[in-house]
Amino acid sequence: MLQVRDVRISYGKVPAVHGVSLTVEAGTIAAVVGANGAGKSTVLRAIAGLNRIDAGSIELDGRPIHGLPAHRRVPLGMSLVPEGRHLFPRLTVRRNLELGAFTRSDKGEIRESLEMVLETFPFLREREQQLAGTLSGGEQQMLAIGRGLMSRPRLLLLDEPSWGVAPMLVARIFETIQAINRTGVAVLLVEQNVQRALSIAHRATVIQTGRVVAEGNAADLLGSELVRKAYLGL
Amino acid sequence: MRRGSTALALGGLAAALAFPLLATRVTWQNTAILMLMTAQLGVAWNILGGYAGQVSLGHAAFFGAGAYVSTILSMKLGISPWLGMGAGAVCAAGLGVLVGTPCFRLKGHYFAMATIAVGEIVQAVVNGSDALGGAVGFTLPLGETGFWGFVFNRSKLPYYYIALGLLLLTVGVNWLVNRSHVGYYLRAIKDEPDAARSLGVSLTRYKMIAMMLSAGLTAMGGTLYAQKELFIDPNSMLSTSLSIKIALVAILGGAGTLWGPVLGAVVFTGIEELTRVAFGGTGRGTDLVVHGALLVLIAVYQPSGVMGLFTRRTPPAVPPPEPEAEFP
Repeated sequence: MLQVRDVRISYGKVPAVHGVSLTVEAGTIAAVVGANGAGKSTVLRAIAGLNRIDAGSIELDGRPIHGLPAHRRVPLGMSLVPEGRHLFPRLTVRRNLELGAFTRSDKGEIRESLEMVLETFPFLREREQQLAGTLSGGEQQMLAIGRGLMSRPRLLLLDEPSWGVAPMLVARIFETIQAINRTGVAVLLVEQNVQRALSIAHRATVIQTGRVVAEGNAADLLGSELVRKAYLGL
Repeated sequence: MRRGSTALALGGLAAALAFPLLATRVTWQNTAILMLMTAQLGVAWNILGGYAGQVSLGHAAFFGAGAYVSTILSMKLGISPWLGMGAGAVCAAGLGVLVGTPCFRLKGHYFAMATIAVGEIVQAVVNGSDALGGAVGFTLPLGETGFWGFVFNRSKLPYYYIALGLLLLTVGVNWLVNRSHVGYYLRAIKDEPDAARSLGVSLTRYKMIAMMLSAGLTAMGGTLYAQKELFIDPNSMLSTSLSIKIALVAILGGAGTLWGPVLGAVVFTGIEELTRVAFGGTGRGTDLVVHGALLVLIAVYQPSGVMGLFTRRTPPAVPPPEPEAEFP
């Protein structure tokens, strides 16, 4: 479904990613793991259109999308839940969710999606009129994921969903990601919490200093002594 | 709260309607007209600078566009300035698109700097163009007076009520924008541009809508100014100091709030006029020193604008108690 081929990305003159390729198959969870500063988020932001690529290609369903601005990639069926959540703090929970459906016009369908998100995250229902900035870290993360689902993506891009979330809630977030995946949504997950990410992912890519150093079945990677020691610090 | 603010707005409106009938001294009326006109410019600026967060320091270009378009149409073609006001607004909105197309690629301070450059360019072009009156400008002919001619020489009152009407129109547009979906998009863009983009919101389109509304309304203020003063030249219509004043009024009052710029204009113009009366006679610019010092004091002690005195801050960032238990 998503094909990233040999992308190179730099910040100004400083190269950050030196040729990364990865694939996400429809309906699966793919993880990108690696140390801090390895370039994981940079790749994810490039897929969403927030970073420009210097070389390589990004294809969604066989169609090259790397030339499109970020806002035109959303209607093609993907949405990004950015690192650090980036909710709209001065808007209510409800408005945040509605903004997630920006690219859709059918009111009835949007209502359906809203119901679905509120069922996934029941606590949001009683907080609909609360300002998003007043939620706790874990709640904000779930709202951010809910907002990402409102565009009804076929591919959900998640950047560090465990960031700033109370440890007790991290498990719940990962369970929710699995539940979302079971409804048929493909997920590309960037995570520093390697253990958890690999335990829910089907495939995984290990990135170190802007290069792919290992790639394969997530369970195999988690089981491989070499990969665990050398790259994952486990 | 809601009812309170409606009552306050109605009370303010009644006071504004009655003011020139009670305060009959021409200087007072003149100051009040100045306040209304300044407020209108601040409120118009606020759509772009406050709600969309794009700080423009080139709004004099739009102000001038309104004044020049209506003046030229009326002098050369005999078209009523009222129609000229509409034409000026449309031209300014078009100019806004021309300015926005390259400048919206820039962020933050760089956008502000680019708008200064635009303002300077427009000023230089008008200065150098004979067709636009050059550096001398235009003295509007005292032709047809009365409502349709938009010239009133017996009393200042018509200008007062036109300025008030224009301010109400501008506040109304601001209010509608604020309540509409465009308003939510603008706030989303201002607070979290990347998140907005990754939800599919086209930043440029909504910034452009804000730019066109802001530029068009500013131009209408320019036409009113031209008709009231009956003299326009690049120095009084297009200078960067005017652009900065427009932005200052809105920022001092409280950018991004509905009434902040109105309050800012009352305070700013009030300080300006009072210091001029009190210290202007020295001929050494004492009034400007005092005026500047008061602005610094406001900026230091009330950085969210004068409006911050009346509204409580947006809710505290402190999260409620950790709600683990609420998740089933």
